[in-house]
Amino acid sequence: MKRNMTSTLTREKHLELYYYMRLNRDLEEQMVRLFRQNKIVGGLYSSFGQEAISVGTAYALGPGDWIAPMIRNIGALLVRGFKPRDILTQHMARYTSPTLGKDGTSHFGELKSRHVVSPISMLGDLIPVMTGIAMAGRYLGQKIVTMTWIGDGGTSTGVFHEGLNLAAVQKAPLVLIVENNQWAYSTPVERQTPLRDLADRAKAYGIESAIVDGNDAVAVERTAREAVAHARAGRGPVLIEAKTMRMRGHAQHDAAEYVPKEMLEAWKKRDPLDRYEKFLNESKLWDAKTKKEIDARIAREIQADVEFAENSPFPPPELAGQGVYCEGCHTVEADWKRPKEEVMPPRSSVKPEWPKKLFVENGARPPAANKVATKSKPGKKTARVPVRAKAGR
Amino acid sequence: MAETTYLEAIRQALFEEMDRDPSVVLIGEDVGVYGGAFKVSEGLLEKFGWERVIETPISESAIVGAAVGMGYAGLRPVAEMQFIDFIACCFNQITNFAAKSHYRWGAPVPLVVRGPCGGGVHGGPFHSANPEMYFVHTPGLKVVCPATPYDAKGLLKSAIRDNNPVLFFEHKFLYRRIKEDLPKGDFTVPIGKAVVRREGRDLTIVSYAAMLHTSLEAAAELEKEGIDAEVIDLRTLLPLDRETILASVRKTNKLLVVHEDTRTGGIAGEIAAVVTESAFEDLDGPIRRVTSLDTPVPYAPQLEEYFLPNAAKVVAAARELAHY
Repeated sequence: MKRNMTSTLTREKHLELYYYMRLNRDLEEQMVRLFRQNKIVGGLYSSFGQEAISVGTAYALGPGDWIAPMIRNIGALLVRGFKPRDILTQHMARYTSPTLGKDGTSHFGELKSRHVVSPISMLGDLIPVMTGIAMAGRYLGQKIVTMTWIGDGGTSTGVFHEGLNLAAVQKAPLVLIVENNQWAYSTPVERQTPLRDLADRAKAYGIESAIVDGNDAVAVERTAREAVAHARAGRGPVLIEAKTMRMRGHAQHDAAEYVPKEMLEAWKKRDPLDRYEKFLNESKLWDAKTKKEIDARIAREIQADVEFAENSPFPPPELAGQGVYCEGCHTVEADWKRPKEEVMPPRSSVKPEWPKKLFVENGARPPAANKVATKSKPGKKTARVPVRAKAGR
Repeated sequence: MAETTYLEAIRQALFEEMDRDPSVVLIGEDVGVYGGAFKVSEGLLEKFGWERVIETPISESAIVGAAVGMGYAGLRPVAEMQFIDFIACCFNQITNFAAKSHYRWGAPVPLVVRGPCGGGVHGGPFHSANPEMYFVHTPGLKVVCPATPYDAKGLLKSAIRDNNPVLFFEHKFLYRRIKEDLPKGDFTVPIGKAVVRREGRDLTIVSYAAMLHTSLEAAAELEKEGIDAEVIDLRTLLPLDRETILASVRKTNKLLVVHEDTRTGGIAGEIAAVVTESAFEDLDGPIRRVTSLDTPVPYAPQLEEYFLPNAAKVVAAARELAHY
């Protein structure tokens, strides 16, 4: 993909993007050290080499928008306002963690202010869930966009299809980031699908797609911003394939000896942080002093939060038996941004039949004989229209 | 006053809740223009429109997944399974996503998944299931199985207003077969409370859904033989109303559980465990069960009749237990 280094972000925002990417990486480096010290209770999944995707895409959203990160999207959680201590205490199973020790890793969220939905380990399920939030947001008049992430392997699940198809048919304001990091645990993407570009999956749902260099933070942020605008304008969901590489094993226990060394070496040269620093240098957006200040701030923040996590208690054992049901501890309340009367009778009333224009638009007539005989040519390259061009801006 | 069918009672609950609260929406296959495979949602689209009666592709996982998301956004979605057998297709969304959400990260899922269950209508192996126990074994869910129009309406209203995922199993054999006068105005039936349908001294019969009516029919037969059976309608399987069961067994000292679900792993096993744990000294005989066979639901009427419990089977088991 052609590199495009133009960006409309301000200097402050460019530096903030760096802050989050560097924080993402340094926090994960710190967690590897904690893992080796046996301070991480369960598994540790890293996003080394994929920071530009988590940070760049989440950065393109507005404060009212919703995200559902996957296991390699700590960067998105940081952009959304969660602190290193939230992620550290989660991994270390402390009572001070967002889930009080009931779940680990990045399996946490917060509905009311940060609009972050916790993932589950089963892949693909977040797509219909985030589609439902997008539909609800539209129903409530909120003008929101929802975003979630999935890996190359996750696109093989049945619920990926069900969810994306529902989003497409509903024209839901959903942006789906497919992080093609080449590996699903030990299985290369070539054994997930014969497609060269996972973005091609979007064609099957009649939705917009884009391919972006996932190790180019500027391109990722810009593409995501275009997709978010497209979805917010009511033009339907967008799938962005971000091409990248998983630079470590599936999890910390996995030495990933099945990954060819030359593949890692080639991708190491495309490290997203190195490239972004180079971009900041070449664009004269910072100097060595600024970098030093940001890096030092990050080191201080991580150090303070590691201390906080290590000094945090484990949960009281009897907590295990509590909280299965919501028994009035939480309120369920929709944030209405349109008059409720619009969705109540008599204003909500319709004629209970399929609108005629539906059939005209979709061509309910039988196809012409010569069209039926047309064969598609496998492997033929088709031009991809960038989201921006189709969105007409 | 006109009598209301079980099906009409469910429809009334949907109408009244959607009319009361704009955050209530219905999502499922063929629920709008067609009014649902059993016409439960007939008239809802006309009154509430496309935004609140949402027609979906054939995608049970997407239906429940989207409904979970709507719940996170503060709506109170009701997801319809065309036949409850298809709930197997969205097992993960229900058991891993919805059920664990509040426990794991404090996010309530105000969701109802409802649909027609049960046999006796020659639906065969894929349109007759009673899948309740898959979900009774899942902490975080509530499982409701009404047997009467009053309960169907009152429990569905409670389910919609509940902040937790509630599975609402409508027995399709009862849809148009039972009727009763319903009070005017809003009423609810609490989730988690069983009810004594018939008082008796000699033994307790615990049942629910269509088998409640079979059990009551059997109790009438038993009365002719001088056996006075108490009949309990569970109404909710999860959370289970242990107290009502135990109070009855402490009185009658004998327990028979009747369910249409298959035998192994059915709720009878759990109830037997509860009673032996908490009322062992009160028992004057073995706990018995009358259930369906441990097979898929067969299609041919002769086979299905053999498979299902009926009043004669309940009478025989109760008689033996009463004389034990």
